Amino acid sequence: MTTPLLTVQDLSKSFGGLQAVKDLSFTVGEGEIVALIGPNGAGKTTAFALVSGFLTPDAGRVVFRNRDLRGLKPHQVNALGLARTFQIMRPFPRLTVVRNVMIATLGRHPDPAEAERRARAVLAELGLEARADLPAGGLTLAERKRLELARALGTEPSLLLLDEVMSGLNEAETERIVELVRAINRRGVAILLIEHVMRAVMSLAQRIVVLNYGERIAEGRPGAVAADPKVIEAYLGDEEVAGAPARGG
Amino acid sequence: MAVAVALLLALPAVLNSYLLTISILTLFYAFLGQAWNIVGGYTGQLSAGHAAFVGIGGYTAATLSNEYGLSPWLGMFVGAALAGALGAIIGYLGFRFGLRGFYFVLLTVAFAEVCRILVSNIDALGGALGLYITFTGNPRQFQFQDQRVYYYIALGLMLLATGVVALIERRRFGIYLTAIREDEGACEALGVNTFRYKMLAMVVSSFLTGLGGTFYAFYLFSLQPGTVFGIPLSVEIIIRPIIGGTGTLLGPILGSFILTPLAELSRQYFGQSGLHGAHLIVYGALLVAVVLFLPQGAYPYLRRLFKRA
Repeated sequence: MTTPLLTVQDLSKSFGGLQAVKDLSFTVGEGEIVALIGPNGAGKTTAFALVSGFLTPDAGRVVFRNRDLRGLKPHQVNALGLARTFQIMRPFPRLTVVRNVMIATLGRHPDPAEAERRARAVLAELGLEARADLPAGGLTLAERKRLELARALGTEPSLLLLDEVMSGLNEAETERIVELVRAINRRGVAILLIEHVMRAVMSLAQRIVVLNYGERIAEGRPGAVAADPKVIEAYLGDEEVAGAPARGG
Repeated sequence: MAVAVALLLALPAVLNSYLLTISILTLFYAFLGQAWNIVGGYTGQLSAGHAAFVGIGGYTAATLSNEYGLSPWLGMFVGAALAGALGAIIGYLGFRFGLRGFYFVLLTVAFAEVCRILVSNIDALGGALGLYITFTGNPRQFQFQDQRVYYYIALGLMLLATGVVALIERRRFGIYLTAIREDEGACEALGVNTFRYKMLAMVVSSFLTGLGGTFYAFYLFSLQPGTVFGIPLSVEIIIRPIIGGTGTLLGPILGSFILTPLAELSRQYFGQSGLHGAHLIVYGALLVAVVLFLPQGAYPYLRRLFKRA
C-alpha cells in the first residue's frame, strides 16, 4: 500500500472520567472498505466524530489525503472529500427528498439547477427517485437510511464514513444497501463502516478493526479477525456473529 | 403578483386619511416582518431584538439630519450599515459560541435592552425624552405634506425586502438557510459552512431593518428609546410573520395585512370605550388560534386551499 487515504494515529478522547477512545490507530487505503466493529459503547461512533471533525481529539491526529485535519470544522473536512452519515439519521424533515440531497450537491455545484440535476441522479442510483418531491419526514426507515447515504454521496467524497446504515433493516433491505455500498466502492470511493450486522461486515469489508473499551484489540482480514480469541472473548461470542459466513482469508 | 402590485399602487387614490394611515402601517410592518423573516423565518434563528436595528437606523438618520444636516436619504444607509454592524456583532457572539433556541433569543433581547438603556442615558441623543424632528415638509429631508408619499415609500420598502427574499430563496444561499433551520449538524456534515450563512442572513436582515428605522423616524417625527428599542416593537415585528407563515415569501405580508388593520381597529375601538391595551388581548387570542389551528401560519394553509380548489 502507498500512502493511505486516511491515517488515524494514537487518537484519544475522554468525556469526564470516561475514556471513549484510547490510542486508536488505523488506516484506510484508496478504494478500500474497512469496517470498525466492537461491542456497544466501544467508542466507534466517537471515533467517527473525531475523524469527521465533529469532536476534537484530546491527543493524536487524523491525516486525510496528506492533510492534518486538526482544527478543521466538519464542513471543511467534508469539503476535502470525507463524508459521513449519522447513526441516528438526520434528514431535513420539512424539505423534499431532492432538496435534502441538494444541500449536499450544492457544495461542489453552486448553481441550483445543476445541483438539482446531480441530486436527482444520485436519487435514481439509490432507487429513491419516486420519492424525490415528497417531504423527507414521510419516508420509511429503509428509505431514510438510503437518503442518508444519498446525501453523503452527493458531496462527492473520496472516503465515505457509514455509521450503521443497515441497523433495523430487514434482510432484503440490508442486501440492497450492501449492493449499493459495493457499487459506490467500485467507483473508487473508499469506505469506512461501523456496523453491527455481521453478515454484511463479513461480506463487504476487506479489513476489520475491532474496538473494545475505546482501544483497538484486533485488526486484519475478516476471517482472521473472526478467529482471533481476543475478539471472540470481547465480542464475537454471540451467535449471530459465530454463525456468519467468514469470507476473505 | 403583478395584479396585486397594481392594486397596491392604485389604492391611495380611494382611501381616506385614516385608512391611509392603517395602510402605511400595514406595509411598513410587512416590510419589517419580511426583513426579520430572512434570519428568523428562513434560517430559524429567533431574533427577539430586531427593534434594536430599527432604533439604530432611526437614531442615526435623525441625528445626522438634526446635527449635521445630512439628508436622511443618505443617513438611511449609514443607519442601515450601523444596524448591519450590530447584527454582525450579535450574530458573531451567538453563532460562534453556539447559542441556540432560547439562549439566542435572550442574547438578542439583551442587546436591544442594552441599546435602549444606553440611548436613554446619552444626552446628545435626547436621553429618555428622545429625539424630535422639526417638520419642514422638505422632500429632501424625507418629509412630505402628502401622506400618500409615505405610503409609496413603505410600499417600496416592502417590495424591496420581498424582492431580496425572493432572490435569496432561489439561490444556494437561501436553500442552505432552510436546511440550517432544520438541522445544523447535518448541514455541517454535508459541507455547509453554517456559521458563514447564518452571519450573512443576520447582516442582510439587520441592514434591511435598519433602513426601516429612518422611515419610522421621519414618518412619526419623533423617536423615544422606549418605543424604538423596546421589546414591544420587537414583538410587533415577529408576530406578523409568525401569523402569516415564517420562512415563506408571502407570509410576513399576509400576516401584516391580517394583523395590522385588526390591531389598529381594535386599538381604536377599545380605546374609545376606555379599555386601553385591550387590543393586546386580540393579539394574544389570534396568536393562540394560529398556533393551535395553523401551526405553519396562514399562508401555507391558504396555498393548500387554493391548490385543492
